[in-house]
Amino acid sequence: MATADKIPARPRASFDVRKIREDFPIFKVPINGKSLTYLDNAATTQKPQAVIDAVMHFYTQECANIHRGVHYLSERATESYETSREKVRRFIHAASVREIVFVRGTTEGINLVAQTYGRTRVGPGDEILISGMEHHSNIVPWQILCEEKDARLRIVPINAKGEFIFEEYVRLLSPQTRLVAVTSVSNALGTVNPVREIVRLAHAHNVPVLIDGAQAAQHMEVDVQALDCDFFAFSGHKMYGPTGIGVLYGKERLLEAMPPYQGGGDMISSVTFEKTLYNRLPYKFEAGTPNVAGVIGLGAAIDYLNKAGMENISAHEQDLISYGTLALGALDELRIIGTAKEKASVLSFVVEGIHPHDIGTILDKEGIAIRTGHHCAQPVMEFFGIPATARASLGLYNTREDIETLVGGLRKVIEVFR
Amino acid sequence: MADLRDLYQEVILDHHKKPRNFHRLEHANRQADGYNPLCGDKLSVFVQVEDGVVKDIGFIGAGCAISTASASMMTESLKGKTEAEAKAIFERFHQLVTNHSAAQPDPATMGKLAVFSGVREYPVRVKCATLAWHTMRAALEGKKETVATE
Repeated sequence: MATADKIPARPRASFDVRKIREDFPIFKVPINGKSLTYLDNAATTQKPQAVIDAVMHFYTQECANIHRGVHYLSERATESYETSREKVRRFIHAASVREIVFVRGTTEGINLVAQTYGRTRVGPGDEILISGMEHHSNIVPWQILCEEKDARLRIVPINAKGEFIFEEYVRLLSPQTRLVAVTSVSNALGTVNPVREIVRLAHAHNVPVLIDGAQAAQHMEVDVQALDCDFFAFSGHKMYGPTGIGVLYGKERLLEAMPPYQGGGDMISSVTFEKTLYNRLPYKFEAGTPNVAGVIGLGAAIDYLNKAGMENISAHEQDLISYGTLALGALDELRIIGTAKEKASVLSFVVEGIHPHDIGTILDKEGIAIRTGHHCAQPVMEFFGIPATARASLGLYNTREDIETLVGGLRKVIEVFR
Repeated sequence: MADLRDLYQEVILDHHKKPRNFHRLEHANRQADGYNPLCGDKLSVFVQVEDGVVKDIGFIGAGCAISTASASMMTESLKGKTEAEAKAIFERFHQLVTNHSAAQPDPATMGKLAVFSGVREYPVRVKCATLAWHTMRAALEGKKETVATE
């Protein structure tokens, strides 16, 4: 720990983590008789009272279906729903609300692109390019598409640090490439990918790019116009919002040309048995009654993040990851998996001779919540030749004390197995 | 709330560090593979059965402390047992690690395996404790496909 202590804490006047923790009621709940040390933010984040209140307010005061009724409640609900869409637009700096499609989560966003853009643009012999560090949700939808279309899924490999090998990307990008789909931040390793450069090079070949933003939107400022990506998918529940709601951003020009994803109510402008006209964007992609409460909760989560300030959150979490890397590194038996130069939130590790599941169970007894397993990234585990890792992932409410509690817990684990 | 030591008893840690019968059996006439995708635990169980009796049993693979110790202690407890006895011990072991009710077997009848009674406080770890046993049963039944506890 001596080494970790050498990093001076950088207090930021505008960001008081103590106050932030008070906004999250879960921290008042004892876990196994201990206070909660929550380090599983890459799986899902806890919810601030403001988000819980927003969802509660909708169900207690405003509950109605949207885009339909002429009555008061329906108008209120529709307004709240569309206000959230505008909040999302501003949050990711999209040009228009027509480019903001509400989906269940990142997974559905990626599947939407695979099933609409993919199915109309990908044919036999074509290629989809992904990276070796993708979550299963950015692998399997493309495998399904490739199998159906007799296309080929190609993988940009990663190096021993868990970094995207750009030279291989340059080599693999070909006239057959129809789409590049990469994660902004690896959920298993924490690697931050050079997405700007990835997009730039793809565009030089006229290839569109989908960014999996599931592990990015809650940790760093996202500007889809500066990034110039064609699609960007992310999940509400990983950014302090409700589960079951997410966003697919798509450039208007592309969304316009894409066929609908699902058919049903709200996605049409008129229906006859002879011909149905689809609704304008973004409603064309929002068939059926959406997760109205989820959308409203997501809007409240965005307000919360804006209030804390994305820049402050990034700086706070970067401090924690540097501190955590040194603190965990001080344990001789421990090896960090994923040592990319640029990382966000994730500290994945293995401990010599101790299975991650045993680590997870013992830490749980100390009130420490981490994730153990393959993190839905089995190819990453295979690359490193390990069955699983233990993963601590940080959020805006974590502190250096949380890291110290984790290190203390790990010392106990090592003690039990000595 | 159960104490950590109820799960990680000394005998379990000992079998994890020094698993018994931890080898491939060259003379095995029954074999099966087991996989727990949640943990990534993988193991193979080898059994030599003669006249309906488990003459020898061994295993190889990698897993957590609970799954390795369970496999190790399973091999010790099944040597010399008939196939029917082996399956019956598994039934009782399964009850031991899953059942909270009175139907639970008397630990006294479980011999050394009673140390796994702590597992029942950890539902997500039951699959770890039973992986080797499911695999053993598949081996005795001559099943070819990998046993997956998911």
